[in-house]
Amino acid sequence: MVLNFNERSPFTYLMCVICIASLGYGANVMAFEPTSTSPSKLPPWSQVEDTDPDPDPGETTQAVFTLNYPRIQIPFEITLWVLLASFAKIGFHVYHKITVWVPESCLLISIGLIVGGIMHSLHEKPPAVLTSNAFFLYMLPPIVLDSGYFMPTRPFFENFGTVLWFAVVGTLWNSIGIGISLFAICQIEVFGVQDITLQENFLFASIISAVEPVAVLTVFEDISVHEQLYIVVFGECLFNDAVTVVLYNLFNHVAALEVVEAGDVFLDIGHFFVVGLGGTIFGALFGFVTAFTTRFTGKVREIEPLIIFLYSYLAYLIAELLAISSIMAIVICALTMKYYVEENVSQRSCTTIRHVIKMVGSVSETLIFFFLGVVTITTEHEWNWGYILFALLFALLWRGLGILVLTQIINPFRTIPFNFKDQFGLAYGGLRGAVSFALAFTLPDSIGRKDLFITGTIVVIIFTVFIQGITIRPLLKLMNVRKTNRNQETINDEIHKRLMEHTVAGIEDLCGQWSHYYWKDKFMKFNNRILRKILIRDNHPESSIVALYKKLELQNAMEVLDQMSGDISAAPSLISLQYVSSISRPVLLFSEVFETTVSYTNKHTLPDDITAREILMRRHTSLRRSLRAGSFHGTVCNTIYMRALIYTGYRKTKKNAKSYIIIYIIYTLLNMEMRVFDPFLALFLPECCKNVAEVFLSAHGPKFEL
Amino acid sequence: MGSTNSTLLKIPNVEVLMQETGFSPAHIIRLHDRFKALDKEGRGHLCPHDFGAIKELAMNPIGDRIIGAFFSPGKETVDFHTFVKILAHFRPVDKDRPKEPNSPEPINSRSNKLKFAFQLYDQDKDGKISRDELLQVLRAMLGMQVTDEQLESIADRTIQEADLDRDDAISFEEFRKSLEKINIDHKMSIRFLR
Repeated sequence: MVLNFNERSPFTYLMCVICIASLGYGANVMAFEPTSTSPSKLPPWSQVEDTDPDPDPGETTQAVFTLNYPRIQIPFEITLWVLLASFAKIGFHVYHKITVWVPESCLLISIGLIVGGIMHSLHEKPPAVLTSNAFFLYMLPPIVLDSGYFMPTRPFFENFGTVLWFAVVGTLWNSIGIGISLFAICQIEVFGVQDITLQENFLFASIISAVEPVAVLTVFEDISVHEQLYIVVFGECLFNDAVTVVLYNLFNHVAALEVVEAGDVFLDIGHFFVVGLGGTIFGALFGFVTAFTTRFTGKVREIEPLIIFLYSYLAYLIAELLAISSIMAIVICALTMKYYVEENVSQRSCTTIRHVIKMVGSVSETLIFFFLGVVTITTEHEWNWGYILFALLFALLWRGLGILVLTQIINPFRTIPFNFKDQFGLAYGGLRGAVSFALAFTLPDSIGRKDLFITGTIVVIIFTVFIQGITIRPLLKLMNVRKTNRNQETINDEIHKRLMEHTVAGIEDLCGQWSHYYWKDKFMKFNNRILRKILIRDNHPESSIVALYKKLELQNAMEVLDQMSGDISAAPSLISLQYVSSISRPVLLFSEVFETTVSYTNKHTLPDDITAREILMRRHTSLRRSLRAGSFHGTVCNTIYMRALIYTGYRKTKKNAKSYIIIYIIYTLLNMEMRVFDPFLALFLPECCKNVAEVFLSAHGPKFEL
Repeated sequence: MGSTNSTLLKIPNVEVLMQETGFSPAHIIRLHDRFKALDKEGRGHLCPHDFGAIKELAMNPIGDRIIGAFFSPGKETVDFHTFVKILAHFRPVDKDRPKEPNSPEPINSRSNKLKFAFQLYDQDKDGKISRDELLQVLRAMLGMQVTDEQLESIADRTIQEADLDRDDAISFEEFRKSLEKINIDHKMSIRFLR
């Protein structure tokens, strides 16, 4: 695209405007021209300043309109790529049906393939994003932090042994199995790959054993698969990232050596354990430091999310510095700090933290899959039928075998053993993804067959993501895998579960046995006595029963508001709830804020509508009964109630309903600690009832933020 | 092996015991050792005082109720048979047991486990968990963390959720129904060591 810029024709400037205006694919392609060309060839329009320092005095338009592309080049390109990937993501969800049948990763890779095709036809090279540094320092931490932060802690610790077993031993089994089989294949002359050494085979094998959870977990959630399976897949994928990276570095190091001695191997194995444990301890340390810091951020709420991110990233970086497992460090950091941090920070910060982590994590993941597509088309591939197809075959085979064997060994130790369907789900759900791709791409050039390995990895990834990713959902549905029974939470469940836990713990003590209830109990005591005092600002230890009770009460109160025509009770001051619609918007806002973005969804509705209404009615009558009693709460409420009545008396308009309902909500909240619900007040109370709120607040006491 | 056989022989009616409870000989021996360890004065039966000596059980919020479950009404001592029979409730459920129509339900069936849990609430044994009984248990479990009013609200809500026949108490059937989604086999079982 060489234009003759020595002519100052209007056409030139028109072209410039059009170029900038077209920010679609076309702009991407053109924007990349500069990157691929040598430095001496600057984009034509920036030469305006360079080649013509003395413009004709008659032309004044040049000073007004200049383009300085090289200055913004790098951030601009990054932004455009991220934007492109985001558009792709938005585009998929326009058709909701697509994402049900085809996992997002497939779609992203497809779009990547298309873009790659475009770029290839224009003889462009993709941006050099996937260097070792860029991936390991910038793109991997968000993904891992995302997984670590949203891991459901309780099921995780209950299945801790199983998770580690599958992650560590499973990955080792896969890597070694695939490596040895591929080495055997290499010996066969027909395929012409005899030059690949054993170490290189192991390296390749470790790359393609890394499993990727995103697509599978979405499917699992959608079909509400039972908790044990979910957490094992989640945990396994998370920890095997750590194991894979360690193995990768190990084999990388070993592959570079000319001669491998037995002593080296043992040293490496020892190194492996040091790395893993070191990462864990380090992460826990950082987790506690973060929690401790958030204790003091009461007055500077704005930087709370920043602290969380900075500490996590710092944990990652320092672990990299010390060459211990950085993935373990950041995951354990997130796990330990989550519990304490969420009690210390404000509700807004909490939401911010969760949203930002999710956002950055998914951007990272999206970009990686996208680049996978692009790179597939644009790199030089080295294709070798035998090696690659056998690699694929062995990857699938060894995973299946591995799951089978490992489950047989661990089942006796589990209280809920895995049946065959679960095992199938585990084995079939072993999709490869982002981490494998990046590891392959960052192989050192000293490996002779690097291109072959990259091609092989891409083939394995594409096969598993497309074929397994698309078919896993119908297959699991067909096989009728055990479903979760966590869909309804009631107070009954929680109380009785607690009772049963105490009972079992007691019986175990009676029999003189230990089990994980014992350790859990011990830890909870240690936690309550020491840790909470140090790490949490306002220490109101709250039982999960009470927390659940509050949650459910508020939920029910919300349901009252959401109903268009409620018939709560025959109270004389009953206002028709038709006016509810005018305030339903802030209510919805609140429920979004309130909803926890835990990846494992809990639906908190009661069994059916009728029961909910009945319970609400009964609660209402009992609340009104206690209103009349001379209790402290009764007195306060009476004050508010009377004030509200005065207000409603004054304005016999829509605000009637609002006031009454607000009073109802406030009263419900009176039974709970208000600390947790400040954003609710801010969002919800309209001006007309602020006075009422102030009365209530001054009567009830301590600090609330409005 | 000789010593284990001789230990087994010392226990009267051990065959019947194993049949009823489903424990293996190794389990019985271990439980017998434990029984002897608890029975410090060597009387051959346990009284509440012996149970109370177990430190961790004393710290358990419902420890006294668990101890109470061992003593049937009126009796003040627990012999080895009763000890093992009560503990049999906590054996994991046998999945492969053939269903014989005439045999009585095994002690560790889901229903019996539920009955045991129900018993822990229902101290006056009237077949219903009244509001007061529920309050007592809640108070024991939640301790000092909650105000009395909150406790009462929680108890109210619990009863309202489960109570289907509006008698302000939870009967065994309502109890069972409210727990149908929970995996009782998992929650109320322990792996007995050999």
